[in-house]
Amino acid sequence: MDTLTRRKFLLTSGVVGAGALAAGAGAYGLRDLLDTAGDRDPQSRTLVLVTLYGGNDGLNTVIPYGDPAYRAARPELAYPDGEVRRLDDDFGLNPALAGLHQRWSGGGLAIVRGIGYPKPDRSHFRSMDIWHTAQPDRPGNTGWLGRWLDGAGGDPRLAVSFEPALPPLLAGARSAGAAVPVADRKAAKGLPAATLTAFAAPEAGESAARSRAAACFADLRSVDEMIRHVRDSAATDAADPDGDQAPATATGGARTPLDAQLDLVAQCVEAEVSTRVFSVSLGGCDTHADEKQLQAVLLGQVDRALTGFADRMSRTEAGRKVVVAVYSEFGRRVRANASDGTDHGTASDMLLLGAGVRGGWHGAPPSLTDLDDGDLKYTTDFRDVYATLLERVLDTDPGSVLADWRGRLDGLF
Amino acid sequence: MTDREAVAHLLRRATFGPTADEVDAAERAGPEATLAGLLNRNRADRGAAATPVPALPPDPYAALTKESSREQRQKANAERREQLQRLTLWWLDRMVAAEDGLSEKLLFFWHGHWATSAQKVKSARVMLGQLETLRRHGRGPLGPLVTAMVRDPALIIWLDGQKNTRKAPNENLARELMELFTLGIGSYTEADVKAGARALTGWVVDRRTGTVRFETRRHDSGEKTILGHSGRFDAEAYAGLLSAHPAAATFVAGRLWFRYAGADVPAPANLAGADTVATLRTLFSSPAFSQTRGTLVKQPVEWVVGALRQLGVRPSALREEQRKQLLAGLNALDQVPLRPPSVGGWPAGAAWLTTSSLQARLRMAGMLAAAVTPAVLERLTAAPAAGRPDALARLLVVDGWGARTRAALAPLAGEPRKLLAAGLVSPEYTVS
Repeated sequence: MDTLTRRKFLLTSGVVGAGALAAGAGAYGLRDLLDTAGDRDPQSRTLVLVTLYGGNDGLNTVIPYGDPAYRAARPELAYPDGEVRRLDDDFGLNPALAGLHQRWSGGGLAIVRGIGYPKPDRSHFRSMDIWHTAQPDRPGNTGWLGRWLDGAGGDPRLAVSFEPALPPLLAGARSAGAAVPVADRKAAKGLPAATLTAFAAPEAGESAARSRAAACFADLRSVDEMIRHVRDSAATDAADPDGDQAPATATGGARTPLDAQLDLVAQCVEAEVSTRVFSVSLGGCDTHADEKQLQAVLLGQVDRALTGFADRMSRTEAGRKVVVAVYSEFGRRVRANASDGTDHGTASDMLLLGAGVRGGWHGAPPSLTDLDDGDLKYTTDFRDVYATLLERVLDTDPGSVLADWRGRLDGLF
Repeated sequence: MTDREAVAHLLRRATFGPTADEVDAAERAGPEATLAGLLNRNRADRGAAATPVPALPPDPYAALTKESSREQRQKANAERREQLQRLTLWWLDRMVAAEDGLSEKLLFFWHGHWATSAQKVKSARVMLGQLETLRRHGRGPLGPLVTAMVRDPALIIWLDGQKNTRKAPNENLARELMELFTLGIGSYTEADVKAGARALTGWVVDRRTGTVRFETRRHDSGEKTILGHSGRFDAEAYAGLLSAHPAAATFVAGRLWFRYAGADVPAPANLAGADTVATLRTLFSSPAFSQTRGTLVKQPVEWVVGALRQLGVRPSALREEQRKQLLAGLNALDQVPLRPPSVGGWPAGAAWLTTSSLQARLRMAGMLAAAVTPAVLERLTAAPAAGRPDALARLLVVDGWGARTRAALAPLAGEPRKLLAAGLVSPEYTVS
């Protein structure tokens, strides 16, 4: 099945089934969210999941600079001791992560090391399916937060992505989150409003795809409303297709900048909308060649976007209930390749910050010498973190969402 | 399904969008003769002859040296972008003009399959070279196509093949070659990826000439085991192993089904033929194919090229400003030829049906309706007002409008350009 495939990424994904399509995913505008302003239970927390597409190099994000094996495996790629932003005597952050380093010093950044899953898959598409579905053995056709949504009543506004298409992780069996597009600046002109309204009517016996095409007209009104609320910089129509403003990415990720997506999240949180889960993403982490500079640029974007968001969130009551989790589909090979880059690897790091998150180290660092076919052996299953987030952030028993997964990441909250 | 509906369905899927006259001729010929005519390429294609492949000047980067100034580099970059834009517009023009619609659409399929982006390749000549290779081998058996593609400069640049050496293999190309281009996930192991990367070593791209050459000292000539076979495999031998693997024909046939028939109806068994034309013959003849009518979301390029054909508008005949709108519109719809978003190619299905894409389609439909030729517009205005929605269905080769769309179109009968734009964004036209 290929229905609500991510526009920028998962052509080959089998994750999202027809159920999500029938549920009318994506049929929401920001106005619909803002209409729920004030609906939020003041005690409830909000999860913001940040997906880094392409396989971010964990070893050059949280750098084991104290381990001689690090420099030996990647002499050209390794950061010298003096450039690393020290976390302790063995580990430091990438120089581009200045803001997160400061947050670490204040006890506000949790780093989970060695995160992965058994029998790692080195395909971007399959590995991302595994993270989206939380089903490493055989990724099914529902995402883990989609299944949570099924259990939470199925209102799409509870789980929102600011991307043109729905990420598989928000697709449930009976319901689906809302993909709220960051709309073009110019409103549609030319056809009378009555025509657009008439097109929105359902037609008996029509195929699912044609019903969906008609439903898009129904959304136009709310999108028109929405335009007034959305940053001008999000306009896509004026973009020059030959321009180089978007980095070349062979493995997907959102086109809207991460900081713009997080600005929209912030706006929604401050309005106390009913949404409990936001999904945002950044692409371009597939650094097979000339990695150092490219990764520094991307991590710089992540750092500025995350710290700006976290600072803004700390200023409101609702914002102080937000938890941010950052992950990628895999880390990269310990040894560099000949192109000053790294090939697809396995275990990596996950970063968490926000409400109640206990800063510092979590999980055990994988050995750089005891490797599985050149790759790190994972020490923490990512489902432990998912289960902990479901329990502690979304107040949900993880059993039904994660097939009775028992593991938890103790001490994260 | 009537014969007319059957040939219209076939032409809508096999080509970029038939005109009413083409459907008339196909109806007279009947479904079988129509399919045979589509698959046989034995007539001279006047449309292709009228849109010859552009003679692109050498890559402006070839003239640069280490001493070149910042201004010279910026100028070279600007020239490269200009060449790529020229190539993109030429290709769109060819898609509209060609009489052999099946081969043109098939070329676009292969472009999306081998999903190589000019954003990284940068050179228009190298991108054009890949298109020529896909055109040369696209209708035939898989073997020669895969063999040619592992030595294709654009693909090698796109997937870091030139950085793959004996001393430090780079797995990018070997992995995607198996996962996305030939076998599909599950038919190979991680060890096959590593060994495959070794087989592909040695090929480098000369950025100056845009050609590949083999450098023996970079090649790993050692013994390798790939897909259960052992030997001193090189790129050609590896390509041979891949195309001979039983999974390859099935996987590629499945991708053809996915694009030509969609994901709603499963592909019939034994779809794969000896070559791509044979597979397409089976595909279009199968009962399952006719079940897919009205379910496949048109990709933006299919939507816009089909509309241009039906409205009698050639991209090369557009004003400069309209040509810019055409490219900007495709960009807003997220499908610019030569720029697939990832090596996984473009998405499909409902991913194209979002409010943001509808807004882009509305703008593009307005531009197309403004550019329509008077002769085509007259086909609408010649009908009495009440008959214009039906004239529009004929013009756009839609089998018929449902009650919803009729209600939307009827009030626009007195404004033919708006009627036309509304037809182009209708669910019946968007989903074929």
